[in-house]
Amino acid sequence: MKVELEADKCVASGQCVVAAMDVFDQDDEGIAILLTEEVGDDQVDDVREAVAVCPAAAIRLVQA
Amino acid sequence: MAETVAGPAHDVAGTAPEFPMPRASRCPFDPPPGLKELQEQGPLAKVRLWDGSEPWLVTRYAEQRAVLGDPRVSADTEQPGYPTKASAEAGEGKLSFIMMDDPEHARLRRMVTAPFAIRKVEALRPAVQRIVDGLIDDMLAGPGPVDLVEAFALPIPSLVICELLGVPYADHAMFQDNTRTMVRTTATPEERGAATREIAGYLAGQIARRLTDPQDDLLSGIAGRVAAGELTHGQATEMALLLLIAGHETTANMITLGTAALLEHPDQLALLRDTDDPKLVASAVEELLRYLHITHLGRRRAVTEDIELAGQVIRAGEGVIMVNEIGNRDPEVFEDPDRLDITRDARRHVAFGFGVHQCLGQPLARMELQVVYGTLYRRIPTLRLACALEDVRFKHDAFIYGIHELPVAW
Repeated sequence: MKVELEADKCVASGQCVVAAMDVFDQDDEGIAILLTEEVGDDQVDDVREAVAVCPAAAIRLVQA
Repeated sequence: MAETVAGPAHDVAGTAPEFPMPRASRCPFDPPPGLKELQEQGPLAKVRLWDGSEPWLVTRYAEQRAVLGDPRVSADTEQPGYPTKASAEAGEGKLSFIMMDDPEHARLRRMVTAPFAIRKVEALRPAVQRIVDGLIDDMLAGPGPVDLVEAFALPIPSLVICELLGVPYADHAMFQDNTRTMVRTTATPEERGAATREIAGYLAGQIARRLTDPQDDLLSGIAGRVAAGELTHGQATEMALLLLIAGHETTANMITLGTAALLEHPDQLALLRDTDDPKLVASAVEELLRYLHITHLGRRRAVTEDIELAGQVIRAGEGVIMVNEIGNRDPEVFEDPDRLDITRDARRHVAFGFGVHQCLGQPLARMELQVVYGTLYRRIPTLRLACALEDVRFKHDAFIYGIHELPVAW
């Protein structure tokens, strides 16, 4: 699976980092950044949670 | 052509149920029964507010998130149809960006997101632990019973926000006294006004000082925006005031409500008291945020373009209210929603709202609550209410729900 992030929508809630720390990080202003676009099978559930809790609907999980 | 929704939406004008509604007298931790009834009847209902206006109340989780994430609704209290909470709110000015819409809302909000990044908040954890431990030391050193609100719940967010903003320790007392007056529901408008003016003046002075002598703190960050011409002095002071107020009453009431609720659920309290697993503590925080409800008056918006929701067209100029306390008890999303279960995964709750206005301070609030819930009951395992729960005074009429005084002993 592949993860897509629209950073201009991000409102810096940081919830993606809490949900999937090895996929998401934040820049100096708290805006989300992707650490990787490729999501391994063991990370899919965490990224799904990040998609669900993102208040700005800025994250998508798509078929690679 | 949209269908109309069966149930209360059919009410003729003037017969919509009043909102807010009373809670059942023996269930201070549950939503009002009338709200649960509306939820069972359908996703939308008309309600009547203090001023006779009849906005829509959105009862279910999915629809609440949909509206809060919709760009066709406005948080601007001056928009036609905006459902005001009380005459007091209708007469107040806007408090910085929470009452604005994008793009200006996003521009201002992004100026203060940095200190709330997860890593920055984590760096504050040891300081918060010291604050919490120090307050518990003070409580244990004196005689019981004490009022947990005064002795513990209010000082924590106050001391933490001082740390974050960069308020010098020497000014703590003045700062704390005034913020306490600002958030005390029994304060007169004159007292509140005087306290607000003193704090605003103080913050303006601190920001001005940092224009020439910047420190590593949030007030310096805001001063930097003034220096860069991105904010006026007035906007900067307002922003600092918003950050100061927003995290006070909310966090303090979560501490006292959470403690009262746990004391009523001894099995859940025991789980929390006997664990050293930070994951379980974090899970307990999410569940308490889901189960309790500080923002009982709901998130409110004015609709700026017609939107369709659950088969009903909501017209531009109508108001909508999203009450998270029933969204968080939606059985479609949370199994057995009226049960407090700190082991469940409650992370999808809407206690902090949803959409672009979702609480900016949530990482800080979460961390503070993790430290509090993870420390207080372990350090005072015999903590108990020093009065009957029936005698505890809940803040039914305040903007933020909570507890006036919580006498505890050990």
